[in-house]
Amino acid sequence: MTEPIIKFEKLNKWYGNNFHVLRDIDLDVAPGERIVICGPSGSGKSTLIRCINRLEEHQQGKLFVDGVEMTDDIRAIDEVRKKVGMVFQQFNLFPHLTVLENLTLSPMWVGKMPKKQAEEKAMQQLQRVRIAEQADKYPLQLSGGQQQRVAIARALCLTPKIMLFDEPTSALDPEMIKEVLDVMVELANQGITMLCVTHEMGFAKAVADRVIFMDEGQIVEQNNPHDFFNHPQNERSKDFLSKILGH
Amino acid sequence: MSLKSAPKKKRWSWRSQAFRGLIYQIVAIGVIVLGVWFLASNTLTNMRVRGIQSGFDFLNQPAGFSIGESLFPFDSAESYWRAFWVGLANTLRVAVVGIILATLLGTVIGIGRFSRNALVRGLCSTYVECFRNIPVLLQLLMWYLLLTEMLPSIQNAWQAGPFFLSKGGFNYPIPIWQAGHAWALAGLVIGIALAWLYHGWARRQFEATGIIKSMFWVPLGVVLASALLAWLLGGAPSALDSPVKGEFSVENGGALTPEFLAMLLGLTIYTASFISEVVRSGIASVSRGQTEAAAALGLDPGLEIRLIVLPQALRVIIPPLTNQYLNLTKNSSLAVAIGYPDLISIANTAMNQTGRAVECIAIVMAVYLTISLLTSLLMNSYNKRVAIQER
Amino acid sequence: MSALSYQPILPRPAPRHASGALAWLRSNLFSDVKTGLSTIILGGLLLWFIPPFLNWSLFNAVWTPDVQACRAVQESAACWGVIAEKYRLIIFGRYPFDQQWRPLIATVLMMLMLVASCIRVFWKPWLAGSWIAVLTVFFILMYGNSLGLAKVPTDSWGGLPLTILLATLSIVMAFPIALLVALGRRADLPAIRVFCSLYVELIRGVPLISVLFMASFMFPLFMPPGLTIDVLIRVLVGITLFNAAYLAEVVRGGLQAVPKGQIEAAATLGLSYWQIQRKIVLPQALAMVVPSIVNSIIATFKDTSLVSIVSLYELTGALDMAINADANWKPFKLQGYMFIAIIYFIFCFSMSRYSQWVERQVNKSKLR
Repeated sequence: MTEPIIKFEKLNKWYGNNFHVLRDIDLDVAPGERIVICGPSGSGKSTLIRCINRLEEHQQGKLFVDGVEMTDDIRAIDEVRKKVGMVFQQFNLFPHLTVLENLTLSPMWVGKMPKKQAEEKAMQQLQRVRIAEQADKYPLQLSGGQQQRVAIARALCLTPKIMLFDEPTSALDPEMIKEVLDVMVELANQGITMLCVTHEMGFAKAVADRVIFMDEGQIVEQNNPHDFFNHPQNERSKDFLSKILGH
Repeated sequence: MSLKSAPKKKRWSWRSQAFRGLIYQIVAIGVIVLGVWFLASNTLTNMRVRGIQSGFDFLNQPAGFSIGESLFPFDSAESYWRAFWVGLANTLRVAVVGIILATLLGTVIGIGRFSRNALVRGLCSTYVECFRNIPVLLQLLMWYLLLTEMLPSIQNAWQAGPFFLSKGGFNYPIPIWQAGHAWALAGLVIGIALAWLYHGWARRQFEATGIIKSMFWVPLGVVLASALLAWLLGGAPSALDSPVKGEFSVENGGALTPEFLAMLLGLTIYTASFISEVVRSGIASVSRGQTEAAAALGLDPGLEIRLIVLPQALRVIIPPLTNQYLNLTKNSSLAVAIGYPDLISIANTAMNQTGRAVECIAIVMAVYLTISLLTSLLMNSYNKRVAIQER
Repeated sequence: MSALSYQPILPRPAPRHASGALAWLRSNLFSDVKTGLSTIILGGLLLWFIPPFLNWSLFNAVWTPDVQACRAVQESAACWGVIAEKYRLIIFGRYPFDQQWRPLIATVLMMLMLVASCIRVFWKPWLAGSWIAVLTVFFILMYGNSLGLAKVPTDSWGGLPLTILLATLSIVMAFPIALLVALGRRADLPAIRVFCSLYVELIRGVPLISVLFMASFMFPLFMPPGLTIDVLIRVLVGITLFNAAYLAEVVRGGLQAVPKGQIEAAATLGLSYWQIQRKIVLPQALAMVVPSIVNSIIATFKDTSLVSIVSLYELTGALDMAINADANWKPFKLQGYMFIAIIYFIFCFSMSRYSQWVERQVNKSKLR
């Protein structure tokens, strides 16, 4: 049994004094595993994956990412962030930089890569997400689906071991969801560890090794996709599935 | 049945929108022209009745009054025209220094409102609320009162080395100009050129190897060292014209009058409170997602601010910031209340002496309009250049 | 992995060290070495300066109008006696002493109307009518010459009533002008557009004091010979024209923010240009820019202090007049300035708090 690449040990998080957003989370993620996290809004799914690269801080419990314990230690956080790529719901591309500059920013300034090398790497990633011809455009000149693919390429430029997706298609028009999901499926088949918060159950069925259902800050049920979708065990999971698979 | 051509429109019908628009405009222009003619004819009649002369020829006559402080020599035999120039120079003097100081202070306070330290945040908020809600004229009057009543008299002036502070103002030593200073200036210019070259070289190095070179301290050091070296080479002249307490006033050296100091303090502190709000909303306008994405990419806070937050914040800050600069320049017109001889003070004196109210006010408004227009043009071209490209 | 082991976990309160006063202190004042140091330095400076200031201004100060007592403590304490002695001159200016109950009632009425206009409960059609009634009563009370009240010419009006009058009237009159000018700047008719733009850019490019000088010195020349206009009216017209330009820009910003689709939809429903503006565009535009409008009002209130330069003795001018002439109290002019600074601060701060409240209300309507 290999060491898990991400390990949550009785993790608890509160917003303020009273909002207990993550409750006693215990989770092990194996290297190369692909996990889809779903659940009603407010269940803490985004908060969970944002703890992995310390965009959110936890108050109790432990979190290990690739062997490094996540604490206030700045060096630990920086080390982890170089290995974890994140794709946001709102894309969060830098509008004042071109697509190419968005991608070469981190390799040049954090990875200390020379410009030419960074640009070559960036073009490789852009080709991987099939958007290389837009390299010199500005983000706001692209459509939503194109912007999200650029965001994925930008995260890939770090050569991350782990990719986090926070509802990557929720802000897209329906006709653009497919192009982004196709890219994510290709990525999934290349061996990278993925944690994806999403409502796209087709994606989960196609690619996930494990589906985790969260509600009110807790992991309610986790199973392989086939068993989860066809034989949900818990009342709440059944209720949730009926709502999102119904239409 | 086929249409051979579009049916003819009746051009002069009341129902046509274009026709109505034309009529409205003709009526509006007519009303305006009538109004202006009415005012102008009244003015001419009144001026004839009261024996007021008109025309700008008075500008060549001797002014007959002296001016408290000016950048270039002026006495009462000089023309009104020159007096106006003195006034403009005084206005620009207090405006430019005020703008620089207010920007520095306002930026510090604006950033301070995001500080992790609650004490710093509280002090900055208090500053802003306090100075924003009191009229600038009142603040100017209070500063003038403090500087002319609360400071010691010239005989008992506060002294720190060659610097004096008293009711007579602030006195400081100025270097006596010698050849060595020209050397130092040349050294400064060479230093700036060298720093510019270094900047280009460092950037190319960064792109080639990925190693970040210092972009601030090294160029600064180069400029200072070069100026210092040249100064030494020029004979290291260090003679100073120091102020000396005389019987009734402080002689020699350079002086800042209490009027100038009151204007500077009042305008700077008042405008800084508004500038801090502009800076604050500019920084706040950069969405949290940008800083989160930058953090997720591994950028440290310093790089985050430099590469992501500041460029985007500046685009939002610059337009209202230039507005504040214009406000400061316009507020400097309040100098007439405390006796600082700015453009409006001088125009006021000229108006009272010659009775040429229309001409003097017209000159003043034209000058301020020019300043405003120039600033707007500059700002518009800057905006176009840095606009974020959208679809 | 099955889910049979699922037991719902109830929410717990956060651990003690993450909440409470001690935790707030720790994270806000002493979160790291640099922050802690700056807290200590700043806190030390505050403790150094604040107690002596409190002593000077409150605890050792003289509150009675006693010149001797004030002179005795002149170096070490504030003399608020100057206010006790002169407050009526400061607040009411040169208004005849025994008639000062008239501006008092007039000002109180006006302020009540202003406060009432800010509360949603009173936004009924009869508000406009009651405004006209209150303004009429205000003028009758102040000017007199009827109902058995002695006549008090406008150049004797001063102090706080004058400040409030100038601010209120100039805003009320500037608003319709601003609406028309803003609509004019966006009109399809080039002549009107050019004229409105010229007006706005001209006024915004020059300082208020030059407009006041124009009002003071040039307006008499504009009138037909023999017709004199009260200085109060001249200054009021000047301030109104000045404010209208700035308000027009604010309203124009709001007009630009109304989506074009609104106008198109209204046009397809058959509404005329003026109906569209009145019923669809302006309500949305104005709601969006209420904070900016209140900022404009605050600026106008502060700008009334400038009329003291053209010899109308509003609050700032009244203070100068009250204290400059009196050699006994002249050394304590600073306290006088502080007094009216506090008055201005109270007015402006309340208005800005009100504007923040309005902004929150407007945003509430946008939250689901």
